Amino acid sequence: MDPGLLRGIFTVVMLVLFIGICFWAYSSRQKATFDAAAQLPLEPDDKPPADPENRS
Amino acid sequence: MDKSQSYNDVVVRQFGIMTVVWGVVGMLVGVIIAAQLMWPELNFDLPWITFSRLRPLHTNAVIFAFGGSALFAASYYVVQRTCHVRLYAGWLAAFTFWGWNLVIVLAIITLPLGMTQSKEYAELIWPIDVLITVVWVAYGVVFFGTLAKRRVQHIYVANWFFSAYIITIAILHVVNSLAIPVTLSLSYPIYAGIVDAMVQWWYGHNAVGFFLTAGFLGIMYYFVPKQAGRPVYSYRLSVVHFWALIATYMWAGPHHLHYTSLPDWAQSVGMVFSLVLLAPSWGGMINGIMTLSGAWDKLRTDPVLKFLIVSLSFYGMSTFEGPMMSIKTVNALSHYTDWTIGHVHSGALGWVAMVTFGCMYALIPRVYGRTGMYSTKAIDLHFWIATIGIVLYVASMWIAGVMQGLMWRAVNSDGTLTFTFIESLKATYPYYAARLMGGVMFFSGALIMAWNTWKTVATSEQRVVQPVLDPA
Repeated sequence: MDPGLLRGIFTVVMLVLFIGICFWAYSSRQKATFDAAAQLPLEPDDKPPADPENRS
Repeated sequence: MDKSQSYNDVVVRQFGIMTVVWGVVGMLVGVIIAAQLMWPELNFDLPWITFSRLRPLHTNAVIFAFGGSALFAASYYVVQRTCHVRLYAGWLAAFTFWGWNLVIVLAIITLPLGMTQSKEYAELIWPIDVLITVVWVAYGVVFFGTLAKRRVQHIYVANWFFSAYIITIAILHVVNSLAIPVTLSLSYPIYAGIVDAMVQWWYGHNAVGFFLTAGFLGIMYYFVPKQAGRPVYSYRLSVVHFWALIATYMWAGPHHLHYTSLPDWAQSVGMVFSLVLLAPSWGGMINGIMTLSGAWDKLRTDPVLKFLIVSLSFYGMSTFEGPMMSIKTVNALSHYTDWTIGHVHSGALGWVAMVTFGCMYALIPRVYGRTGMYSTKAIDLHFWIATIGIVLYVASMWIAGVMQGLMWRAVNSDGTLTFTFIESLKATYPYYAARLMGGVMFFSGALIMAWNTWKTVATSEQRVVQPVLDPA
């Protein structure tokens, strides 16, 4: 096959993939998952442990 | 408490401390070579400390020792917290720490001795390259092993960026360093001519894209929300940002080879992809900065947040400047001048180093069981001295670069060059002085950080062990 055609097909595939990712990311089905995921950095991980045994 | 019920912060602490140490070392070498450009006598006619040998030492130290240690520390910290699980294979994580630092020590020995394979940002000789590969594979095993045993279903976006950075750097490093060894310190690359140049800049630009960008964006996506106390502005945008960025960066390398013997079409591909890169870059920047929307007042009181937000501003500036400089006609003026040096440092000091400082000021107290650094005032002082230093550095290099470009292309009516090269060098001297001053300020900021870290560690008496969180 002509390399130019191959490149053209590749470009279209990438474009479709990109648009697909956008639709997937912005679909309402993902909203709950993403909202939960976005909370992950905000979890209280920096509370010093309560009992002294937890220290080494 | 059972060990598997707590986070492995030993390796995070080790890499965190070494980030500060290597930052001071790498920036000091930078100040020395900036001074050598003003006063060449400063090499004292010793071959080991000539500019040509110290410059790769500076770039390797700040990128791979300072930046690399920060990425190790942050990725190990973040992956455990966001996966609710202890780091996989603790002994292997310890190996990555000692192995990576051995690589740095070997670099500090071999580069001043003049041992190099002459590839920019990949100067280290082949035995060290092999060691880097082994350490990097171990890093991958630890990181992906941790992801695999996570107790949270979704993989947080910061870990996507860390994953892309780990995988891509492995590929880039191996492909670009393929060589036939002759002796312990001498090898010949398997590529020749323009193919060698193209592989080199495919590596070089993606080292910027995946090491200095994707890796540090991973840091940004965790520590900006953490420090701001609110979730990232748009998680959806972060997903699109990720895929667009990694798909586009891969093709931008040829802009380093404009007007060379690289085929014209390849140069144009590099230019077009560099221009497209503006979109994902700014998407990420806006996503980070807008995380603060509704909480801008925190900038007034929290210097750590100031570091993070200013780093994003510089990220936005240098990712606008980069695509602009990749346009061939602009590149005709900017290439080989100090404008390039200004651009690199607006990204390296403004984005990479500032986000690293912000991350370390958030991470170090946490892994030492404190709520903050020893001195908040010192963080503020560091912030201002570093910011003013960058502005001084970048502005002087911009002016110097544009001036050099204009002087080199100026021709008289009979077609002869208006200026000799040495005249352009002479005209650059005042700007080299301003740059040195900016560099000294930035370096002083690193010293303040080192002092603050020292006091923070010294005044935390016990090493805390943090229990693994149960999945929500």
